[in-house]
Amino acid sequence: MLDEYRTKSYQAHLRPAVDENLIKDNVAIIGIGQTAFSRNSQRDELDLACEAIKNAVDDAGLSISDIDGLEALTLDRVSMPTLIGSLGIPNLRFTSEVSFGGGGACATVMHAAAAVATGLADYVVCYRSLNEASGHRYGRGDGYAEYLSKAPTLHYGYYFPYGFLTPLAWAGMYARRWMHEYGIKLDNTGWYSLVLREYAQKNPNAIFYGKPMTYQDYLDAPMIVEPLRLFDCCVDTDGAVALVVTTADRARDAKQSPAYIMAAAQSIPIETEIQTSYNRPIVSGLPETWYVGQELYRISGLGPGDIDVAELYDPFSFGGIIQLEELGFCGRGEGVDFCEGGDRIRVDGELPLNTAGGLLSEAYIHGFNLIAEAVRQLRGTATSQVAGAETALVTAGPGLPTSGLILRK
Amino acid sequence: MTSSYDPTRDVPRPARWEVLYRSSGPFWDGVASGKLLLQRCASCARWLTPPRPMCPGCQSREHEWVQSTGRGTVHSFATYRHAPHPAFPAPHSVVLVELEEGPRLVSSLVGIAPENIAVGQAVEVVFTHAADDFTLFQFKPAA
Amino acid sequence: MTLEYVPGIPILGPYVDPDNAPFWEAVERHEFVLQRCADCKTYFQVPRPMCPHCRSMDSLEWVPSTGRGKIFSYVNFTTDRMAYPAMKIPYSVVLVELEEGIRLTANIVDVEPEDVFIGMPVEVTFNKPTDSFTLYQFKKAS
Repeated sequence: MLDEYRTKSYQAHLRPAVDENLIKDNVAIIGIGQTAFSRNSQRDELDLACEAIKNAVDDAGLSISDIDGLEALTLDRVSMPTLIGSLGIPNLRFTSEVSFGGGGACATVMHAAAAVATGLADYVVCYRSLNEASGHRYGRGDGYAEYLSKAPTLHYGYYFPYGFLTPLAWAGMYARRWMHEYGIKLDNTGWYSLVLREYAQKNPNAIFYGKPMTYQDYLDAPMIVEPLRLFDCCVDTDGAVALVVTTADRARDAKQSPAYIMAAAQSIPIETEIQTSYNRPIVSGLPETWYVGQELYRISGLGPGDIDVAELYDPFSFGGIIQLEELGFCGRGEGVDFCEGGDRIRVDGELPLNTAGGLLSEAYIHGFNLIAEAVRQLRGTATSQVAGAETALVTAGPGLPTSGLILRK
Repeated sequence: MTSSYDPTRDVPRPARWEVLYRSSGPFWDGVASGKLLLQRCASCARWLTPPRPMCPGCQSREHEWVQSTGRGTVHSFATYRHAPHPAFPAPHSVVLVELEEGPRLVSSLVGIAPENIAVGQAVEVVFTHAADDFTLFQFKPAA
Repeated sequence: MTLEYVPGIPILGPYVDPDNAPFWEAVERHEFVLQRCADCKTYFQVPRPMCPHCRSMDSLEWVPSTGRGKIFSYVNFTTDRMAYPAMKIPYSVVLVELEEGIRLTANIVDVEPEDVFIGMPVEVTFNKPTDSFTLYQFKKAS
């Protein structure tokens, strides 16, 4: 029944192949920058944003005065005019903000790409800065409730009175149904988290650098919201990441080897709620990720088998594993088997995955750190470098309006 | 008129926003101890008002705090004829003071009736204890 | 009764807006109603001003629900790390697929978390955690 729904309903809303996409191969990421990732930065978010942006602009071989566009998440708390006043950007010509939390991460690059491809701006910086660990923890119920009680979202009012008010629990509802439909056992799900922790051991910037984990550690960790254990969850982080986006023409003169954008896409299917889409036929999958994947493959002309490295937004391990299924790297319900033993997703496997440690073990900078890692892989400078990586797929937050990118060398 | 606010009402506190905008902390700490401190870039000596973590001129993240003379002139002002808040009975004037050092600060003027305030008027800083745990900087006509 | 609240900690209430007010007003009367399009007979959750299927804006109606359904998915709050402080742990949040086809979340009031399972038949019930509002809940079907 569900497959029939997918076939009929989803396919009906796909677009035919296009001749022309103004972003494809015409735009590149030429600079990446970040701060240290920590659990307590002792600095404010404006400060972190300034440092990351400065580092990204330096990395690109530009000066701050070259930057004429800024792109952020609506969730970012740094006031953009204040940021401009600190960085010293003489005249910003383009700005926009993408909604939907981490689901907007790749969309910031897509909007920046659209701006430079159409001449609205020359160099756009996408950034995310947050003191998620030491400051405003929106992943916790009290903070989230306060934030959302002012948000004009109809559906949350049906959830909060039942003690159901954290992203973790909302994701657990998807995960439980997925486990039920595909017969997945609670104790079999640890390999994803385990391999990401391995990657973090090679990445000195990772929060979990120097803190290896065994499968038994995974099983022994407390159940936070059943069915999610502690190490199924991303690591709250203080830090910032910034990316510099420009046209391919300008990228040719860049200091670094450009990461060209082959495809960028967003999706909000009907009956989507922010992480609580329980009234679509499918609760065991991520339709928006499927749509984004189809759009990325359509525009790029690539398929899952052409992707050399994937950086999947994994606020929870299940979120990453179900994306493997939705993006066609394995069949439905096969994500856990795909990760079993870890070899397929290790650096020399068929799909090296979240090679800096992902959101679970590197840092939770709302997925911007995943985009930066994809760029490093294409430059050949990653701490766990995939040999000869030429294409990278990056996604944004699963289970809510989302976005994705395919980058190439 | 000796005070531009009603001390019996709770005056809105400055948003120090420790997590988001930590840069303002030393400024308000200075005010609490009766000093008007200005942030200056340690690299290119540009004044940074309001305080911020990076110099927009040279992108340096190093800065120093310098005590202002507290003297300046009224650069502009606005007068509320309807109280904007219970703590500030009308008429209530808000002044933009240009300090001798160059930066401008928004404040209020004590010791003068709103109709007597003039652009260009010389003023100097005073510190007002608005509450036990809260000091405000204000200005008065220069001696 | 496995569902218990911690005294003294306020419980977040529903957001009542013009679109969903009839639903929450009915809950106050211990009635359970669903929004439906009278033209195309489609039920939807959450309530909204336009039918997303036939785009009608003047055919929306409120109809009584049987209140019966099955658990479609659920999560258990077994530690206080991510639980709501106003509720005593452990507690369950269940996603119930009603006979009418739409799904709503609530707590299950009379089943221990470890005994909840997908497919369990449930029916609506009501509780009043504070003086200021009533909630719909689910219990094991009789």
